[in-house]
Amino acid sequence: MANELELSGNQYKDTFLAGLWRENPVFRLLLGMCPTLAVTTALKPALTMGYSVIFVLLCSNIVVSLMRNLLKPHLRILMFTLTIATFVTIVDIFLKAFQPEMSAMLGPYVPLIIVNCIIICRAEVCASKNGLGVSIIDALGMGIGFTLALSVLGAIREIFSTGKIFEIQIMPDWFVPCAAMAMPAGAFITLGMLLGLVNLISKRKS
Amino acid sequence: MDTVTTLVLGFISIVVVNNLVLTKFLGICPYLGVSGRIDMAFGMGLAVTFVVTLSGTLTWLIDHLILMGTPFEVTRYVCFIMVIAGAVQLVEMYLRKFFPSLYDSFGIFLPLITTNCAILGLCLFINLWGIDNLAEAVVLSFGAGIGFTMAICIMAGIRENLNLANVPENLQGAPITLITAGLLSLAFMGFAGMIR
Repeated sequence: MANELELSGNQYKDTFLAGLWRENPVFRLLLGMCPTLAVTTALKPALTMGYSVIFVLLCSNIVVSLMRNLLKPHLRILMFTLTIATFVTIVDIFLKAFQPEMSAMLGPYVPLIIVNCIIICRAEVCASKNGLGVSIIDALGMGIGFTLALSVLGAIREIFSTGKIFEIQIMPDWFVPCAAMAMPAGAFITLGMLLGLVNLISKRKS
Repeated sequence: MDTVTTLVLGFISIVVVNNLVLTKFLGICPYLGVSGRIDMAFGMGLAVTFVVTLSGTLTWLIDHLILMGTPFEVTRYVCFIMVIAGAVQLVEMYLRKFFPSLYDSFGIFLPLITTNCAILGLCLFINLWGIDNLAEAVVLSFGAGIGFTMAICIMAGIRENLNLANVPENLQGAPITLITAGLLSLAFMGFAGMIR
């Protein structure tokens, strides 16, 4: 009995850690690319996007996991998107009310969380097959992994495009800010380089 | 005459200046996933063009005739996603009946058009930009589809040649595709500021 408990404890830990590195949604599964590229002009919008996604992912995984036995196969994608759309509406109204500045900056990318592949992918792969506990842990792991990836990208782009981070100057005086990093081209190229780096690190490890 | 000018300018602006893929990062998933071969990229582009035109028009109608000014405005996103899912289902049935070979080669990517950010993104942008006549909404949706097709076909053409190039081992696959997209978007930045 004790053994069994330990095993499930390990399984939870494993599920949680998978989202952080081994199956990191951005770096490994290449999911959720549009918000990743669009909102990472600086660290702050990246973090806001990150916790919005954690909230939506958590709620939708819980609901999908609870209704998994009622789903009809051909209608399941529709049910997933409708569930997600409901929670995204909540986040959108919440941001408009409490962080109007951030809401204006993120613009249509908040409602676009609905079609963020990560959330549908987790609903399909994990929540529609597993119980409540595993689904919650999985949502947290994946959500935090996504937020981490977004923050790394946001921080790099903010440093190179303005020389500041959270309004604090960190680069020396001789540093010339590179405006292209804040533009779409910078986003694509930074992410490409980071993916190459991740490949390199994981190859060294194995 | 004035309306015609607005429509033409709107079309050009959404195809090259505000290209959804290269400047708004919408529809990146299929852009990376299906752009390996040029014929498939073109087929995908056409399917997306059809769905986006249909759903852009329908969502504008629903938004303006039913939702606006009523408390039901909060259900906007839910309505939008329903319309898109319905349109995709239509395309899927049509392709399965009349072009079975194309249907097979799309595989999972066809139902995934539902979750293509370009489509929902366009519906949201039409709402955000406050487009208030139907003709403009239709032209913009159609132009968005054409812009997507153009971007994905250019990318497929480059990737077919990239197969012959000597890419560093760690950059093979997705990383080099993203870097290529970056350079492509740098080129498209040349159009910025041309209109609006």
